[in-house]
Amino acid sequence: MLEIRGLKKVYNPGTVTEMTLFDGFDLSVPDGQFVSIVGSNGSGKTSLLNIICGSIPMDGGDVVVDGKSLRKLKDFQRYGTIGRVYQNPSLGTAPNLTMLENLSLADNKGKGFGLTRGINRKRQDFYRQELSGLGLGLEDKLDVKMGALSGGQRQAVALLMATLTPLQFLILDEHTAALDPRTAEAIMVLTGKLVREKRLTALMVTHNLRYAVEYGDRLLMLDRGKIALDRAGEEKAATTTDDILQIFGQISMQ
Amino acid sequence: MLDLISSTLTQGLIYALLSYGVYITYSVLDFPDLTVDSSFPLGAAVTTVLLIGGMNPWLTLVCATLAGAAAGLCTGLIHVRLGVRDLLAGIITMTALSSINLLIGGSNQTVDRGTDTIFTSAPVMGLFGGLTLSARKLIVSLVLAVVVKLILDAYFRTKSGLLLRAVGDNSTLVTTLAQNKGNMKILGVVMANALVALCGGVLAQEQRSYSAVMGIGQVVFGLATVIIGVTIVRFFTSSKPAQGMGKVPVLRVLATPQGTTAVLLGSILYKFCIQIAINLGLPANMLKFITAALFLLVLVLAGRKGEEIIHA
Repeated sequence: MLEIRGLKKVYNPGTVTEMTLFDGFDLSVPDGQFVSIVGSNGSGKTSLLNIICGSIPMDGGDVVVDGKSLRKLKDFQRYGTIGRVYQNPSLGTAPNLTMLENLSLADNKGKGFGLTRGINRKRQDFYRQELSGLGLGLEDKLDVKMGALSGGQRQAVALLMATLTPLQFLILDEHTAALDPRTAEAIMVLTGKLVREKRLTALMVTHNLRYAVEYGDRLLMLDRGKIALDRAGEEKAATTTDDILQIFGQISMQ
Repeated sequence: MLDLISSTLTQGLIYALLSYGVYITYSVLDFPDLTVDSSFPLGAAVTTVLLIGGMNPWLTLVCATLAGAAAGLCTGLIHVRLGVRDLLAGIITMTALSSINLLIGGSNQTVDRGTDTIFTSAPVMGLFGGLTLSARKLIVSLVLAVVVKLILDAYFRTKSGLLLRAVGDNSTLVTTLAQNKGNMKILGVVMANALVALCGGVLAQEQRSYSAVMGIGQVVFGLATVIIGVTIVRFFTSSKPAQGMGKVPVLRVLATPQGTTAVLLGSILYKFCIQIAINLGLPANMLKFITAALFLLVLVLAGRKGEEIIHA
Protein backbone atom coordinates (compact mmCIF):
# COMPACT_ATOMS: atom_id res chain seq x y z
CA MET A 1 0.00 0.00 0.00
CA LEU A 2 1.39 3.34 -1.11
CA GLU A 3 -0.01 6.40 0.63
CA ILE A 4 0.69 10.04 -0.03
CA ARG A 5 -0.53 12.14 2.85
CA GLY A 6 -0.98 15.91 2.83
CA LEU A 7 1.75 16.43 0.25
CA LYS A 8 2.95 19.98 -0.18
CA LYS A 9 5.31 21.16 -2.91
CA VAL A 10 6.19 24.76 -3.69
CA TYR A 11 8.47 25.67 -6.59
CA ASN A 12 10.69 28.77 -6.38
CA PRO A 13 9.56 29.72 -2.87
CA GLY A 14 10.00 33.36 -1.93
CA THR A 15 10.40 34.61 -5.51
CA VAL A 16 7.98 36.26 -7.93
CA THR A 17 7.67 32.97 -9.78
CA GLU A 18 6.60 31.12 -6.62
CA MET A 19 4.19 28.36 -7.57
CA THR A 20 2.39 26.03 -5.19
CA LEU A 21 1.90 22.78 -7.04
CA PHE A 22 0.64 20.44 -4.32
CA ASP A 23 -1.11 21.67 -1.19
CA GLY A 24 -2.54 18.88 0.90
CA PHE A 25 -2.50 16.26 -1.84
CA ASP A 26 -3.67 12.78 -0.78
CA LEU A 27 -3.52 9.53 -2.69
CA SER A 28 -3.53 5.90 -1.70
CA VAL A 29 -2.75 3.01 -3.99
CA PRO A 30 -3.53 -0.51 -2.76
CA ASP A 31 -1.14 -3.36 -3.53
CA GLY A 32 -1.42 -4.82 -6.99
CA GLN A 33 -3.15 -1.81 -8.52
CA PHE A 34 -2.01 -0.52 -11.90
CA VAL A 35 -2.65 3.23 -11.96
CA SER A 36 -2.47 5.33 -15.12
CA ILE A 37 -1.94 9.01 -14.54
CA VAL A 38 -2.76 11.62 -17.19
CA GLY A 39 -2.81 15.40 -17.13
CA SER A 40 -1.57 18.39 -19.08
CA ASN A 41 1.94 19.79 -18.78
CA GLY A 42 2.53 21.27 -15.36
CA SER A 43 -0.29 19.29 -13.77
CA GLY A 44 2.18 17.63 -11.41
CA LYS A 45 2.40 14.10 -12.83
CA THR A 46 6.15 13.88 -13.10
CA SER A 47 6.67 15.93 -9.91
CA LEU A 48 4.55 13.37 -8.09
CA LEU A 49 6.71 10.50 -9.31
CA ASN A 50 9.90 12.40 -8.50
CA ILE A 51 8.67 13.14 -4.98
CA ILE A 52 7.76 9.50 -4.38
CA CYS A 53 11.22 8.41 -5.54
CA GLY A 54 13.02 11.15 -3.62
CA SER A 55 14.49 12.75 -6.76
CA ILE A 56 13.10 16.11 -5.62
CA PRO A 57 12.35 17.12 -2.01
CA MET A 58 8.84 17.75 -0.69
CA ASP A 59 7.88 20.74 1.43
CA GLY A 60 5.35 18.99 3.61
CA GLY A 61 3.38 15.80 4.04
CA ASP A 62 4.64 12.27 3.77
CA VAL A 63 5.04 9.30 1.46
CA VAL A 64 4.22 6.08 3.30
CA VAL A 65 4.77 2.58 1.96
CA ASP A 66 3.30 -0.32 3.94
CA GLY A 67 3.08 1.93 6.99
CA LYS A 68 6.68 3.14 6.77
CA SER A 69 7.55 6.73 6.00
CA LEU A 70 10.00 7.28 3.15
CA ARG A 71 10.53 10.91 4.03
CA LYS A 72 13.95 10.56 5.59
CA LEU A 73 15.29 8.14 2.99
CA LYS A 74 17.57 9.35 0.18
CA ASP A 75 16.64 8.54 -3.40
CA PHE A 76 19.01 5.59 -3.76
CA GLN A 77 17.72 4.10 -0.50
CA ARG A 78 14.12 4.30 -1.69
CA TYR A 79 14.97 2.52 -4.93
CA GLY A 80 15.72 -0.61 -2.89
CA THR A 81 12.11 -1.63 -3.43
CA ILE A 82 11.07 0.73 -6.23
CA GLY A 83 11.68 0.03 -9.90
CA ARG A 84 11.65 2.89 -12.38
CA VAL A 85 11.64 3.23 -16.14
CA TYR A 86 12.30 6.67 -17.57
CA GLN A 87 11.07 8.46 -20.66
CA ASN A 88 14.62 8.56 -22.05
CA PRO A 89 15.60 5.00 -23.07
CA SER A 90 19.29 5.77 -22.35
CA LEU A 91 18.61 6.30 -18.66
CA GLY A 92 17.58 2.73 -17.94
CA THR A 93 20.74 0.94 -19.04
CA ALA A 94 24.50 1.53 -19.15
CA PRO A 95 25.40 1.98 -22.86
CA ASN A 96 29.02 0.83 -22.68
CA LEU A 97 28.25 -2.30 -20.72
CA THR A 98 26.98 -5.41 -22.46
CA MET A 99 23.40 -6.54 -22.04
CA LEU A 100 24.60 -9.43 -19.88
CA GLU A 101 26.51 -6.99 -17.64
CA ASN A 102 23.47 -4.72 -17.42
CA LEU A 103 21.15 -7.59 -16.53
CA SER A 104 23.66 -8.90 -13.97
CA LEU A 105 23.75 -5.50 -12.29
CA ALA A 106 19.96 -5.32 -12.16
CA ASP A 107 19.73 -8.91 -10.96
CA ASN A 108 22.05 -8.07 -8.09
CA LYS A 109 19.99 -5.12 -6.85
CA GLY A 110 19.55 -5.28 -3.10
CA LYS A 111 22.26 -7.92 -2.64
CA GLY A 112 25.35 -5.75 -2.24
CA PHE A 113 28.08 -5.10 -4.77
CA GLY A 114 31.23 -6.69 -3.39
CA LEU A 115 34.27 -8.35 -4.91
CA THR A 116 32.59 -11.49 -6.19
CA ARG A 117 32.24 -12.12 -9.91
CA GLY A 118 30.10 -9.48 -11.58
CA ILE A 119 28.40 -11.61 -14.18
CA ASN A 120 26.84 -14.91 -13.37
CA ARG A 121 26.99 -17.18 -16.42
CA LYS A 122 24.63 -19.62 -14.69
CA ARG A 123 21.85 -17.06 -14.96
CA GLN A 124 22.38 -16.71 -18.73
CA ASP A 125 19.69 -19.21 -19.62
CA PHE A 126 17.25 -17.42 -17.37
CA TYR A 127 18.10 -14.07 -19.00
CA ARG A 128 17.73 -15.59 -22.47
CA GLN A 129 14.34 -16.95 -21.51
CA GLU A 130 13.19 -13.58 -20.15
CA LEU A 131 14.56 -11.78 -23.22
CA SER A 132 12.87 -14.14 -25.64
CA GLY A 133 9.63 -13.29 -23.83
CA LEU A 134 10.09 -9.75 -25.12
CA GLY A 135 9.87 -11.05 -28.67
CA LEU A 136 12.52 -8.70 -30.00
CA GLY A 137 15.20 -11.26 -30.81
CA LEU A 138 17.38 -9.94 -28.02
CA GLU A 139 18.14 -13.35 -26.52
CA ASP A 140 21.12 -13.81 -28.87
CA LYS A 141 22.60 -10.41 -28.07
CA LEU A 142 23.70 -10.87 -24.45
CA ASP A 143 27.28 -9.89 -25.29
CA VAL A 144 26.33 -6.81 -27.31
CA LYS A 145 26.83 -3.39 -25.75
CA MET A 146 23.54 -1.74 -24.82
CA GLY A 147 24.51 1.40 -26.74
CA ALA A 148 24.39 -0.58 -29.99
CA LEU A 149 20.70 -1.37 -29.57
CA SER A 150 17.75 0.75 -30.69
CA GLY A 151 15.77 2.95 -28.31
CA GLY A 152 12.88 0.49 -28.22
CA GLN A 153 15.14 -2.47 -27.53
CA ARG A 154 16.89 -0.54 -24.77
CA GLN A 155 13.57 0.43 -23.23
CA ALA A 156 12.42 -3.18 -23.29
CA VAL A 157 15.60 -4.26 -21.51
CA ALA A 158 15.24 -1.36 -19.06
CA LEU A 159 11.72 -2.54 -18.27
CA LEU A 160 12.95 -6.07 -17.74
CA MET A 161 15.83 -4.84 -15.56
CA ALA A 162 13.51 -2.70 -13.44
CA THR A 163 11.29 -5.69 -12.69
CA LEU A 164 13.95 -8.37 -12.26
CA THR A 165 14.06 -8.16 -8.47
CA PRO A 166 11.07 -8.12 -6.05
CA LEU A 167 9.44 -4.67 -5.94
CA GLN A 168 6.97 -2.79 -3.80
CA PHE A 169 5.98 -0.79 -6.82
CA LEU A 170 7.01 0.13 -10.33
CA ILE A 171 7.23 3.70 -11.58
CA LEU A 172 6.74 4.28 -15.30
CA ASP A 173 7.59 7.84 -16.22
CA GLU A 174 6.19 8.44 -19.74
CA HIS A 175 8.23 5.42 -20.70
CA THR A 176 6.82 5.15 -24.23
CA ALA A 177 6.90 8.86 -25.08
CA ALA A 178 10.28 8.81 -26.82
CA LEU A 179 9.48 5.79 -28.99
CA ASP A 180 7.92 5.49 -32.44
CA PRO A 181 4.23 4.43 -32.41
CA ARG A 182 4.87 0.78 -33.26
CA THR A 183 7.63 0.35 -30.69
CA ALA A 184 5.59 2.26 -28.10
CA GLU A 185 2.73 -0.16 -28.67
CA ALA A 186 5.06 -3.15 -28.21
CA ILE A 187 6.52 -1.71 -25.01
CA MET A 188 3.01 -1.08 -23.65
CA VAL A 189 1.93 -4.65 -24.39
CA LEU A 190 5.07 -5.82 -22.64
CA THR A 191 4.41 -3.51 -19.70
CA GLY A 192 0.88 -4.87 -19.29
CA LYS A 193 2.19 -8.41 -19.45
CA LEU A 194 5.00 -7.84 -16.91
CA VAL A 195 2.75 -6.00 -14.45
CA ARG A 196 0.14 -8.78 -14.68
CA GLU A 197 2.58 -11.69 -14.48
CA LYS A 198 4.62 -10.28 -11.61
CA ARG A 199 1.51 -8.85 -9.89
CA LEU A 200 3.16 -5.46 -9.58
CA THR A 201 1.77 -2.29 -8.12
CA ALA A 202 2.45 0.27 -10.82
CA LEU A 203 2.15 4.00 -11.37
CA MET A 204 2.30 4.98 -15.01
CA VAL A 205 2.40 8.56 -16.21
CA THR A 206 1.47 8.87 -19.86
CA HIS A 207 0.42 11.47 -22.40
CA ASN A 208 -1.22 8.82 -24.48
CA LEU A 209 -4.89 8.80 -23.43
CA ARG A 210 -5.54 5.53 -25.23
CA TYR A 211 -2.88 3.74 -23.18
CA ALA A 212 -4.35 5.27 -20.03
CA VAL A 213 -7.78 3.94 -20.95
CA GLU A 214 -6.67 0.53 -22.20
CA TYR A 215 -4.16 -0.29 -19.52
CA GLY A 216 -4.34 -0.36 -15.78
CA ASP A 217 -7.25 -0.72 -13.40
CA ARG A 218 -7.39 2.85 -12.20
CA LEU A 219 -7.24 6.14 -14.04
CA LEU A 220 -6.18 9.41 -12.47
CA MET A 221 -6.28 12.78 -14.10
CA LEU A 222 -4.28 15.53 -12.46
CA ASP A 223 -4.87 19.22 -12.90
CA ARG A 224 -2.69 21.84 -11.24
CA GLY A 225 -1.76 19.54 -8.38
CA LYS A 226 -5.27 18.22 -7.73
CA ILE A 227 -7.02 15.04 -8.72
CA ALA A 228 -9.53 16.02 -11.38
CA LEU A 229 -10.68 12.50 -12.12
CA ASP A 230 -10.28 9.20 -10.29
CA ARG A 231 -11.91 6.14 -11.78
CA ALA A 232 -11.30 2.52 -10.87
CA GLY A 233 -12.85 -0.87 -11.51
CA GLU A 234 -15.92 -1.05 -13.74
CA GLU A 235 -16.26 2.69 -13.90
CA LYS A 236 -12.71 2.83 -15.30
CA ALA A 237 -13.43 -0.04 -17.66
CA ALA A 238 -16.40 1.85 -19.07
CA THR A 239 -14.39 5.00 -19.67
CA THR A 240 -13.43 5.75 -23.27
CA THR A 241 -10.74 7.94 -24.76
CA ASP A 242 -13.48 10.37 -25.87
CA ASP A 243 -14.73 10.72 -22.27
CA ILE A 244 -11.25 11.61 -21.13
CA LEU A 245 -10.74 14.05 -23.97
CA GLN A 246 -13.99 15.76 -23.08
CA ILE A 247 -13.04 16.13 -19.42
CA PHE A 248 -9.61 17.29 -20.51
CA GLY A 249 -11.28 19.98 -22.61
CA GLN A 250 -13.48 21.14 -19.74
CA ILE A 251 -10.44 21.54 -17.48
CA SER A 252 -8.54 23.54 -20.06
CA MET A 253 -11.54 25.87 -20.48
CA GLN A 254 -11.57 26.87 -16.81
CA MET B 1 71.10 2.48 -28.31
CA LEU B 2 69.83 -0.69 -26.67
CA ASP B 3 70.31 0.98 -23.32
CA LEU B 4 68.22 3.93 -24.42
CA ILE B 5 65.42 1.64 -25.63
CA SER B 6 65.54 -0.30 -22.38
CA SER B 7 65.38 2.82 -20.24
CA THR B 8 62.57 4.35 -22.30
CA LEU B 9 60.65 1.09 -22.04
CA THR B 10 61.20 1.13 -18.28
CA GLN B 11 59.86 4.67 -18.11
CA GLY B 12 56.81 3.71 -20.16
CA LEU B 13 56.10 0.74 -17.91
CA ILE B 14 56.44 2.77 -14.70
CA TYR B 15 54.27 5.58 -16.07
CA ALA B 16 51.65 3.01 -17.06
CA LEU B 17 50.72 2.93 -13.36
CA LEU B 18 49.79 6.61 -13.60
CA SER B 19 47.96 6.00 -16.86
CA TYR B 20 45.83 3.30 -15.22
CA GLY B 21 44.86 5.87 -12.60
CA VAL B 22 43.91 8.50 -15.18
CA TYR B 23 42.07 5.80 -17.11
CA ILE B 24 39.93 5.03 -14.05
CA THR B 25 38.95 8.63 -13.39
CA TYR B 26 38.70 10.06 -16.86
CA SER B 27 37.64 7.11 -18.94
CA VAL B 28 35.73 4.84 -16.56
CA LEU B 29 34.29 7.39 -14.14
CA ASP B 30 34.06 10.37 -16.53
CA PHE B 31 35.68 12.48 -13.82
CA PRO B 32 38.35 14.97 -15.01
CA ASP B 33 40.63 14.64 -11.99
CA LEU B 34 43.47 17.15 -11.71
CA THR B 35 44.60 15.85 -8.30
CA VAL B 36 47.09 13.76 -10.29
CA ASP B 37 49.56 16.63 -10.73
CA SER B 38 50.06 16.67 -6.95
CA SER B 39 49.38 13.08 -5.91
CA PHE B 40 52.19 12.00 -8.23
CA PRO B 41 54.93 14.00 -6.42
CA LEU B 42 53.20 13.11 -3.12
CA GLY B 43 53.99 9.45 -3.78
CA ALA B 44 57.56 10.37 -4.68
CA ALA B 45 58.02 12.56 -1.59
CA VAL B 46 56.68 9.94 0.80
CA THR B 47 58.82 7.24 -0.80
CA THR B 48 62.11 9.15 -0.81
CA VAL B 49 61.74 10.49 2.73
CA LEU B 50 60.92 7.05 4.10
CA LEU B 51 63.66 5.46 2.01
CA ILE B 52 66.22 7.90 3.37
CA GLY B 53 64.85 7.15 6.83
CA GLY B 54 65.76 3.52 6.30
CA MET B 55 62.41 1.89 5.58
CA ASN B 56 62.16 -1.20 3.38
CA PRO B 57 61.77 0.07 -0.23
CA TRP B 58 58.69 -2.08 -0.90
CA LEU B 59 57.06 -0.84 2.29
CA THR B 60 57.68 2.77 1.25
CA LEU B 61 55.63 2.07 -1.88
CA VAL B 62 52.75 0.81 0.27
CA CYS B 63 52.93 4.08 2.24
CA ALA B 64 53.07 6.13 -0.98
CA THR B 65 50.01 4.29 -2.30
CA LEU B 66 48.09 4.95 0.91
CA ALA B 67 49.08 8.64 0.80
CA GLY B 68 47.77 8.86 -2.76
CA ALA B 69 44.55 7.14 -1.70
CA ALA B 70 44.12 9.77 1.03
CA ALA B 71 44.62 12.54 -1.55
CA GLY B 72 41.98 10.93 -3.75
CA LEU B 73 39.67 10.65 -0.76
CA CYS B 74 39.97 14.42 -0.23
CA THR B 75 39.03 15.17 -3.84
CA GLY B 76 36.21 12.63 -3.72
CA LEU B 77 34.76 14.00 -0.49
CA ILE B 78 35.04 17.61 -1.66
CA HIS B 79 33.15 16.72 -4.83
CA VAL B 80 30.54 14.33 -3.43
CA ARG B 81 29.91 15.52 0.11
CA LEU B 82 30.52 19.25 -0.32
CA GLY B 83 29.00 19.38 -3.78
CA VAL B 84 31.92 21.10 -5.53
CA ARG B 85 32.25 20.46 -9.28
CA ASP B 86 34.58 17.57 -10.13
CA LEU B 87 37.15 19.70 -11.98
CA LEU B 88 37.30 22.27 -9.17
CA ALA B 89 37.46 19.62 -6.45
CA GLY B 90 40.59 18.23 -8.12
CA ILE B 91 42.14 21.67 -8.47
CA ILE B 92 41.54 22.43 -4.78
CA THR B 93 43.20 19.22 -3.61
CA MET B 94 46.02 19.63 -6.12
CA THR B 95 46.80 23.13 -4.87
CA ALA B 96 46.57 22.28 -1.18
CA LEU B 97 48.60 19.15 -1.71
CA SER B 98 51.52 20.99 -3.30
CA SER B 99 52.13 22.62 0.10
CA ILE B 100 51.85 19.25 1.81
CA ASN B 101 54.40 17.86 -0.64
CA LEU B 102 56.85 20.66 0.26
CA LEU B 103 56.19 19.92 3.91
CA ILE B 104 56.97 16.23 3.48
CA GLY B 105 59.85 16.32 1.03
CA GLY B 106 60.95 19.93 0.65
CA SER B 107 61.61 21.00 -2.92
CA ASN B 108 64.19 18.29 -3.67
CA GLN B 109 65.42 15.00 -2.21
CA THR B 110 68.15 12.69 -3.39
CA VAL B 111 68.55 9.08 -2.35
CA ASP B 112 72.26 8.21 -2.16
CA ARG B 113 73.77 5.15 -3.85
CA GLY B 114 74.17 3.33 -0.56
CA THR B 115 70.42 3.10 0.04
CA ASP B 116 68.62 0.11 -1.41
CA THR B 117 65.68 0.70 -3.76
CA ILE B 118 63.21 -1.92 -4.99
CA PHE B 119 65.58 -2.46 -7.93
CA THR B 120 68.45 -3.41 -5.63
CA SER B 121 66.38 -4.98 -2.83
CA ALA B 122 67.15 -8.49 -1.60
CA PRO B 123 64.36 -10.41 -3.38
CA VAL B 124 65.16 -8.79 -6.74
CA MET B 125 68.92 -9.29 -6.33
CA GLY B 126 68.30 -12.91 -5.35
CA LEU B 127 66.45 -13.56 -8.59
CA PHE B 128 68.17 -11.24 -11.05
CA GLY B 129 71.42 -10.31 -9.29
CA GLY B 130 73.43 -11.42 -12.30
CA LEU B 131 71.82 -8.85 -14.59
CA THR B 132 72.73 -5.21 -15.07
CA LEU B 133 70.86 -2.54 -13.11
CA SER B 134 68.98 -1.31 -16.18
CA ALA B 135 67.86 -4.86 -17.00
CA ARG B 136 66.64 -5.28 -13.43
CA LYS B 137 64.76 -1.99 -13.66
CA LEU B 138 63.10 -3.17 -16.84
CA ILE B 139 62.06 -6.50 -15.31
CA VAL B 140 60.75 -5.02 -12.08
CA SER B 141 58.77 -2.31 -13.92
CA LEU B 142 57.36 -4.87 -16.31
CA VAL B 143 56.22 -7.10 -13.45
CA LEU B 144 54.69 -4.13 -11.62
CA ALA B 145 52.86 -2.84 -14.69
CA VAL B 146 51.51 -6.27 -15.61
CA VAL B 147 50.54 -7.30 -12.07
CA VAL B 148 48.68 -4.04 -11.45
CA LYS B 149 46.96 -4.38 -14.83
CA LEU B 150 45.80 -7.92 -14.01
CA ILE B 151 44.53 -6.85 -10.59
CA LEU B 152 42.59 -3.98 -12.17
CA ASP B 153 41.15 -6.24 -14.87
CA ALA B 154 40.05 -8.70 -12.21
CA TYR B 155 38.49 -5.87 -10.22
CA PHE B 156 36.55 -4.56 -13.21
CA ARG B 157 34.98 -7.98 -13.55
CA THR B 158 33.65 -8.00 -9.98
CA LYS B 159 30.24 -6.69 -8.96
CA SER B 160 31.86 -3.61 -7.46
CA GLY B 161 33.89 -3.11 -10.65
CA LEU B 162 30.80 -3.40 -12.84
CA LEU B 163 29.05 -0.83 -10.67
CA LEU B 164 32.05 1.52 -10.92
CA ARG B 165 31.89 1.29 -14.71
CA ALA B 166 28.14 1.90 -14.58
CA VAL B 167 28.63 5.10 -12.52
CA GLY B 168 30.70 6.68 -15.30
CA ASP B 169 28.39 5.32 -17.95
CA ASN B 170 24.97 6.15 -16.50
CA SER B 171 24.85 7.32 -12.91
CA THR B 172 21.03 7.40 -12.90
CA LEU B 173 21.05 3.64 -13.35
CA VAL B 174 23.26 3.25 -10.29
CA THR B 175 20.77 5.24 -8.22
CA THR B 176 17.86 3.10 -9.44
CA LEU B 177 19.93 0.06 -8.47
CA ALA B 178 19.66 1.45 -4.92
CA GLN B 179 23.38 2.18 -4.71
CA ASN B 180 25.03 5.42 -3.61
CA LYS B 181 26.71 6.74 -6.75
CA GLY B 182 28.68 9.26 -4.69
CA ASN B 183 30.42 6.51 -2.75
CA MET B 184 31.35 4.74 -5.97
CA LYS B 185 32.84 7.96 -7.38
CA ILE B 186 34.88 8.41 -4.21
CA LEU B 187 36.10 4.82 -4.46
CA GLY B 188 37.19 5.38 -8.05
CA VAL B 189 39.07 8.61 -7.32
CA VAL B 190 40.75 6.96 -4.32
CA MET B 191 41.91 4.01 -6.44
CA ALA B 192 43.12 6.30 -9.22
CA ASN B 193 45.22 8.53 -6.98
CA ALA B 194 46.59 5.54 -5.10
CA LEU B 195 47.92 4.27 -8.44
CA VAL B 196 49.27 7.69 -9.40
CA ALA B 197 51.14 8.00 -6.10
CA LEU B 198 52.46 4.45 -6.47
CA CYS B 199 53.78 5.51 -9.87
CA GLY B 200 55.45 8.56 -8.29
CA GLY B 201 57.01 6.31 -5.66
CA VAL B 202 58.39 3.80 -8.15
CA LEU B 203 59.75 6.58 -10.36
CA ALA B 204 61.43 8.26 -7.39
CA GLN B 205 63.18 4.98 -6.60
CA GLU B 206 64.14 4.49 -10.22
CA GLN B 207 65.77 7.93 -10.53
CA ARG B 208 66.75 8.12 -6.84
CA SER B 209 65.28 11.58 -6.50
CA TYR B 210 62.17 13.57 -5.79
CA SER B 211 61.35 17.08 -6.90
CA ALA B 212 58.30 19.13 -5.93
CA VAL B 213 57.75 20.11 -9.56
CA MET B 214 57.84 16.59 -10.99
CA GLY B 215 54.02 16.50 -11.10
CA ILE B 216 53.60 19.29 -13.64
CA GLY B 217 51.96 18.01 -16.79
CA GLN B 218 51.28 14.52 -15.51
CA VAL B 219 47.53 14.82 -16.07
CA VAL B 220 48.16 15.73 -19.69
CA PHE B 221 50.56 12.81 -20.02
CA GLY B 222 47.98 10.45 -18.51
CA LEU B 223 45.17 11.67 -20.75
CA ALA B 224 47.37 11.44 -23.83
CA THR B 225 48.34 7.85 -23.09
CA VAL B 226 44.73 6.87 -22.53
CA ILE B 227 43.65 8.41 -25.83
CA ILE B 228 46.63 7.08 -27.81
CA GLY B 229 46.20 3.61 -26.41
CA VAL B 230 42.47 3.39 -26.86
CA THR B 231 42.60 4.86 -30.37
CA ILE B 232 45.32 2.49 -31.54
CA VAL B 233 43.78 -0.62 -30.05
CA ARG B 234 40.41 0.34 -31.46
CA PHE B 235 41.99 0.88 -34.89
CA PHE B 236 43.47 -2.61 -34.89
CA THR B 237 40.45 -4.33 -33.40
CA SER B 238 37.72 -2.50 -35.27
CA SER B 239 35.33 -4.98 -36.82
CA LYS B 240 34.60 -2.60 -39.68
CA PRO B 241 37.44 -3.01 -42.21
CA ALA B 242 36.94 0.53 -43.50
CA GLN B 243 37.79 1.93 -40.10
CA GLY B 244 40.61 -0.34 -39.12
CA MET B 245 42.80 -3.22 -40.07
CA GLY B 246 39.98 -5.70 -39.68
CA LYS B 247 39.83 -8.22 -36.96
CA VAL B 248 43.06 -8.94 -35.15
CA PRO B 249 41.95 -11.49 -32.57
CA VAL B 250 45.12 -11.27 -30.47
CA LEU B 251 44.73 -7.53 -29.97
CA ARG B 252 41.02 -7.94 -29.39
CA VAL B 253 41.73 -10.32 -26.52
CA LEU B 254 44.36 -7.95 -25.16
CA ALA B 255 41.87 -5.12 -25.24
CA THR B 256 39.23 -6.88 -23.16
CA PRO B 257 37.65 -6.19 -20.93
CA GLN B 258 38.73 -2.72 -19.95
CA GLY B 259 41.39 -1.25 -22.09
CA THR B 260 44.06 -1.34 -19.39
CA THR B 261 46.17 -3.01 -22.05
CA ALA B 262 45.51 -0.13 -24.40
CA VAL B 263 46.62 2.31 -21.72
CA LEU B 264 49.78 0.30 -21.02
CA LEU B 265 50.67 0.36 -24.71
CA GLY B 266 49.80 4.05 -24.91
CA SER B 267 52.14 4.87 -22.05
CA ILE B 268 55.07 3.03 -23.60
CA LEU B 269 54.44 4.52 -27.02
CA TYR B 270 54.16 8.03 -25.63
CA LYS B 271 57.44 7.77 -23.76
CA PHE B 272 59.10 6.61 -26.98
CA CYS B 273 57.67 9.55 -28.91
CA ILE B 274 59.04 11.98 -26.35
CA GLN B 275 62.40 10.21 -26.27
CA ILE B 276 62.63 10.38 -30.03
CA ALA B 277 61.88 14.10 -29.95
CA ILE B 278 64.65 14.63 -27.40
CA ASN B 279 67.07 12.53 -29.45
CA LEU B 280 66.30 14.65 -32.46
CA GLY B 281 67.87 17.51 -30.55
CA LEU B 282 65.02 19.16 -28.68
CA PRO B 283 66.32 20.60 -25.40
CA ALA B 284 65.18 18.91 -22.20
CA ASN B 285 63.57 22.17 -21.08
CA MET B 286 61.09 21.69 -23.89
CA LEU B 287 59.88 18.38 -22.44
CA LYS B 288 56.53 19.66 -21.18
CA PHE B 289 56.03 21.56 -24.41
CA ILE B 290 56.50 18.36 -26.37
CA THR B 291 54.19 16.50 -24.00
CA ALA B 292 51.43 19.05 -24.59
CA ALA B 293 52.07 19.36 -28.33
CA LEU B 294 51.98 15.58 -28.76
CA PHE B 295 48.71 15.46 -26.82
CA LEU B 296 47.21 18.03 -29.18
CA LEU B 297 48.44 16.04 -32.15
CA VAL B 298 46.92 12.85 -30.77
CA LEU B 299 43.58 14.55 -30.16
CA VAL B 300 43.46 15.88 -33.71
CA LEU B 301 44.62 12.60 -35.25
CA ALA B 302 42.03 10.71 -33.25
CA GLY B 303 39.59 12.42 -35.58
CA ARG B 304 38.59 15.24 -33.24
CA LYS B 305 36.61 12.58 -31.52
CA GLY B 306 38.92 12.35 -28.57
CA GLU B 307 36.05 12.90 -26.18
CA GLU B 308 33.98 10.24 -27.83
CA ILE B 309 36.79 7.76 -27.89
CA ILE B 310 37.88 8.31 -24.36
CA HIS B 311 34.46 7.70 -22.93
CA ALA B 312 33.81 4.56 -24.89
